[in-house]
Amino acid sequence: MEAPDDRKYSKEHEWVVSQDDGTALVGISDFAQNQLGDVVFVELPKVGAALAQFDQMGEIESVKAVSDLYTPVGGEVLEVNADVVAKPELVNEDPYGKGWLIKVRLDNAADLDNLMDATQYAALTA
Amino acid sequence: MPDPLLTTPLHTEHVRLGGRMVPFAGWEMPIQFGGGILAEARAVRSGAGLFDVSHMARLRVSGGDARALLDWTHTADIGEAMPAGRARYGLFCNERGGIIDDGIVYRLGETDFLAVANAANAAKVRAWLERWRAERFPAASLDDLTVHVAMIALQGPRAMEMVAAATESAPPPRPFRLAEMQVGGVPAWVARTGYTGEDGVEMMPRAEDAAALWRMFAEAGSEPCGLGARDVLRLEAGLLLHGSDMDESVNPIEAGLERFVHLGSDFCGAEVVRRAAEQGAQRRLTGFKTRQRGAVPRAHSPLLADGERVGEATSGGYSPTLDTTIGLGYLPARFGAPGAPIQVDVRGKLIEAETVALPFYTRSRSN
Repeated sequence: MEAPDDRKYSKEHEWVVSQDDGTALVGISDFAQNQLGDVVFVELPKVGAALAQFDQMGEIESVKAVSDLYTPVGGEVLEVNADVVAKPELVNEDPYGKGWLIKVRLDNAADLDNLMDATQYAALTA
Repeated sequence: MPDPLLTTPLHTEHVRLGGRMVPFAGWEMPIQFGGGILAEARAVRSGAGLFDVSHMARLRVSGGDARALLDWTHTADIGEAMPAGRARYGLFCNERGGIIDDGIVYRLGETDFLAVANAANAAKVRAWLERWRAERFPAASLDDLTVHVAMIALQGPRAMEMVAAATESAPPPRPFRLAEMQVGGVPAWVARTGYTGEDGVEMMPRAEDAAALWRMFAEAGSEPCGLGARDVLRLEAGLLLHGSDMDESVNPIEAGLERFVHLGSDFCGAEVVRRAAEQGAQRRLTGFKTRQRGAVPRAHSPLLADGERVGEATSGGYSPTLDTTIGLGYLPARFGAPGAPIQVDVRGKLIEAETVALPFYTRSRSN
């Protein structure tokens, strides 16, 4: 499974990539989307919600099962990906790109230190 | 230690094709292949899909009492008038009219029948037939062919042209008929039956010929499909799954299956079923669809009307063909008319839905 090295990963198979403006995008890994199978419903937090690191932030449902989503970093939700809500299959098609889930304002950059890099994550999912 | 899982003669093919293998009713079966469940389901609706259904039980019933044994244990008309080469769907009911299993009975010859049962109920159906054989129909004999004969379904609008190309010697059987014929160079029972709502066949070759037949149809352009797609397709077609949508606690009338019950026959459970048919059922298996895409109703999701619980879902899922979520559940008879508003409680979220007539999906017959 692919795991790009520009971002960090959680044990719950979410990724986060921080951007230059202090915000970060969050999504699920290629491994996770492959395990889930066809995604048919995504429930995301409301814009403005304040999340702590590893809080449950929503649900993702595939043809077979439903799973909780956990945010890999704490912060305020600035945006949710409306395209994914309308077309959940984007999570399968492009988990690291068009299938991103939420954009947050990072409360604490140190949250990233509690996550795995791509090499560690690849080892976890090997 | 749990018993090791059984494997079908196509196990190696599934692994080679990247099938995701899971335990199912004591068998290790592919739930999906590489393209995913929805892609497989769409391939069956638009082209042709190939399914290994060898895990289902194939029980041969033969001998002087074979017809009488099946006419007693199965709700369809397995009477003298059923010609050889015909297939009939129906239920195996207990004395209280509860549904032990559903399945198709094929008449192979004058005193020779094949009953196909669900994998999960194989031992139960076998024991049920054996019990009645011993008690009342001693001139019947039972022979479990499950591991000796494989079963491959080819389903979809392109299925019959593929079958025709592989059976040069004779035309394929008409719907709900079975023929013993050469297909792809191997002998098989070929039945024009299925569980997807599409035209197609279920082919039963000898176990040792199964892989060659499978490969031939896979190479002819049909999409290998797993149990996940099979479940999506059968739900869209309004076909019930035993163990979810029906079991021994419901009778065929409640399950909406009266057209598969020959009320004139003397079958086990007939008095109860006849009474239910006359009086009408208090609760009926009812189809529903949600008003928009959202959280997916699943088996056991409560069904509500005006804030009150009126039943629960027995099946539910996303329908790729209808692009909405659909489900089945037992509801009081007053919800029988399509369009009745209900809500589905999916993990505490109330989803607006309405009852719909079954099936959810009917194939176009123009092609």
